[in-house]
Amino acid sequence: MTAPSGFARTAPARLAAAHLLVAVAAFGVAAIMGLLQGLSIADVEFPMRSESLYYMFVTAHGVLMALVFTTFFIMGLGYALCYAQFGRIVGMKSAWFAFWLALAGTVAAAFTILNGQSTVLYTFYPPMQAHPVFYIGATLLVIGSWIWGGVTIASYRSWKRDHPATPAPMAMHGMLATIVVWYLATSGLAWEVLFMLIPWSLGWVATIDPVIARTLFWWFGHPLVYFWLMPAYVLWYTVMPRIAGGRLFSDRLARMVFILFVILSTPVGFHHQFADPGISANWKFVHTITTFAILFPSFVTAFTVIASLEVAGRMKGAKGLFDWIGRLPWSDPFFAAMALALLSFAFGGFGGAINAAYGMNAMVHNTAWIMGHFHVTLGTTSALTFMGATYWLMPRLLGRELKLTALARIQPWLWFIGMGIFSTSFHIAGLRGLPRRVYSASLAGDQGAAWSGLATMGAIGGVVLFLSAMAFVSVVIATWTAGRKIEGPAFEFAVPLEPVTSLGVWDRLGMWTIVGIVFVILAYAYPLATLIMTPRFGSPPFQPF
Amino acid sequence: MSVNAYERVWMWGAGGLIVLFLAAIGITAVTQAVQPPSHIETINPATLADHPEFGDPQVKTTADGKVVVSMVAEMFQFRPDPIEVPVNTPITFRITSADVVHGMMIVGTNANAMAVPGYVSQFTITFPKAGDYDIACHEFCGLMHHAMVGKITVKGGRP
Repeated sequence: MTAPSGFARTAPARLAAAHLLVAVAAFGVAAIMGLLQGLSIADVEFPMRSESLYYMFVTAHGVLMALVFTTFFIMGLGYALCYAQFGRIVGMKSAWFAFWLALAGTVAAAFTILNGQSTVLYTFYPPMQAHPVFYIGATLLVIGSWIWGGVTIASYRSWKRDHPATPAPMAMHGMLATIVVWYLATSGLAWEVLFMLIPWSLGWVATIDPVIARTLFWWFGHPLVYFWLMPAYVLWYTVMPRIAGGRLFSDRLARMVFILFVILSTPVGFHHQFADPGISANWKFVHTITTFAILFPSFVTAFTVIASLEVAGRMKGAKGLFDWIGRLPWSDPFFAAMALALLSFAFGGFGGAINAAYGMNAMVHNTAWIMGHFHVTLGTTSALTFMGATYWLMPRLLGRELKLTALARIQPWLWFIGMGIFSTSFHIAGLRGLPRRVYSASLAGDQGAAWSGLATMGAIGGVVLFLSAMAFVSVVIATWTAGRKIEGPAFEFAVPLEPVTSLGVWDRLGMWTIVGIVFVILAYAYPLATLIMTPRFGSPPFQPF
Repeated sequence: MSVNAYERVWMWGAGGLIVLFLAAIGITAVTQAVQPPSHIETINPATLADHPEFGDPQVKTTADGKVVVSMVAEMFQFRPDPIEVPVNTPITFRITSADVVHGMMIVGTNANAMAVPGYVSQFTITFPKAGDYDIACHEFCGLMHHAMVGKITVKGGRP
């Protein structure tokens, strides 16, 4: 499963690299805002500190990290893997059109945020209302990603015509499943933004229903998490064992894992709305069941990926029970980033099970615990994997050797340590009652005895994270502009212990997509229909920022 | 498909754990009513000021001894404020919003609900310990969101 070398500096490589560049730029800007947010919560005074700046930064940090960095990175990674494994990208012109469309949308939306017109956070719950360009810009970003999905599927179909009896190579099996999840997820978002938010923000309709909007947002909002996570899994399954010198432990189960995400990632949104009125407890419980079911593919991933790494250690001669861990290439920045991301996901998974636990959720809902939680999941499991993957992608796309390698080696460890401090502090503070997203942890001025000192610890973690982020950005800039020109290594993927050559049930992506759609309908049709038929009163817009 | 024996054991174990989690949640939900606030009731936010219950929200004790706290969340305060309720008594909170989405959390307890304009959230909670508690808004509602804090005093019982 080795793609031809000489990928670097080809047209598809330039396409992927352009996406990577936007992702890293968004990440760098958002990291600065993250630092200032951490300081503000801990009541550290700095020039220009103000409420409006803080909440604007919360919005920009969320949008740039959660939507822009991730989406652009995943599209770039997707194009690179698509070319590496299918040997083609069908629709290069459409792909570039999508890139510019998504970039234009991002810049337009970001402008209204930085101009103080769209301080609505990345969840943009109405009846708080942003500038119309915020919603339209976000829509263009999503449309760009839809075109990316279309280009990838067209490339797959073209490859399939040449290889009718071969299963899709593992990495692209995972990326295609990711694209299906993205389409299922963004259908809810499209409904909310196109039919509710945009007409309302332009003044075409006077009022909006906040609970229906929230329901549609979380129809999108949870599978969004798997949109971030699945590409990380793709890299863990197919690239990490290869870098470690091992084999993929089980090809079939890895395929199953991605299909389970297609089926289960969307019908779970009510676990973000446990505290909402307007949705019955029974339907919240139904979504609790699917939420816990989706733990299963992650449990399988933990086993398969770690077993693949053990195979690597043993192939290098490890004998005892835990010897193999020391034989892994911990000094390789790519490997260290992925392995630490994997470790973080164990913590993230435990926290996630607590968040999803229906009754127990009331202890943590909308507290700083949640902030702690998604910084070990999205903020480490996905983000650190993507940073590591950037070190792996750059030589292959740009034909340049990694620069500042010492910095690149310590960067993942800095991130891991910084996040450990940051996330643990806010998990505990949240349990003690610190609400999330507050300008100051002393709230109105005299609260905060219960979480005294924890916000300061969080800020210290934030400083370490910021240093790590700047190290990452420096390595990228140095490599991009001054890395020694090389041939560009080939894209190489882990070979399964037992190679699979025939199509199996988990390769039937079309069929599983239909099952996924049926699950979404089962999960949402009845509760949404009930809400729509209830006599309701809409809300006019507010802009308290 | 052939699955490695260790991995098969792991998968059964993982499946078992998930069933165990769901059983724990399901059994407490049914037997002890450990459920999230899921009340379905709509209200017109535009005419809230004239509403018989929420126009002037108060703590009321019904004829059969039940305590009901009606609350309005608005930028950037809770009404009524402060609130006084008895200890060891089931208290029913009913809360709605006059403007944007707010959150309502009684710090140090598991009283936690969204206050959404157009809807009434309702839940019942018993305070086992007397004392003063903060009520914090936990959903971003504008530039003074962090300062939206109310007070509740739980009175009576053993000191």
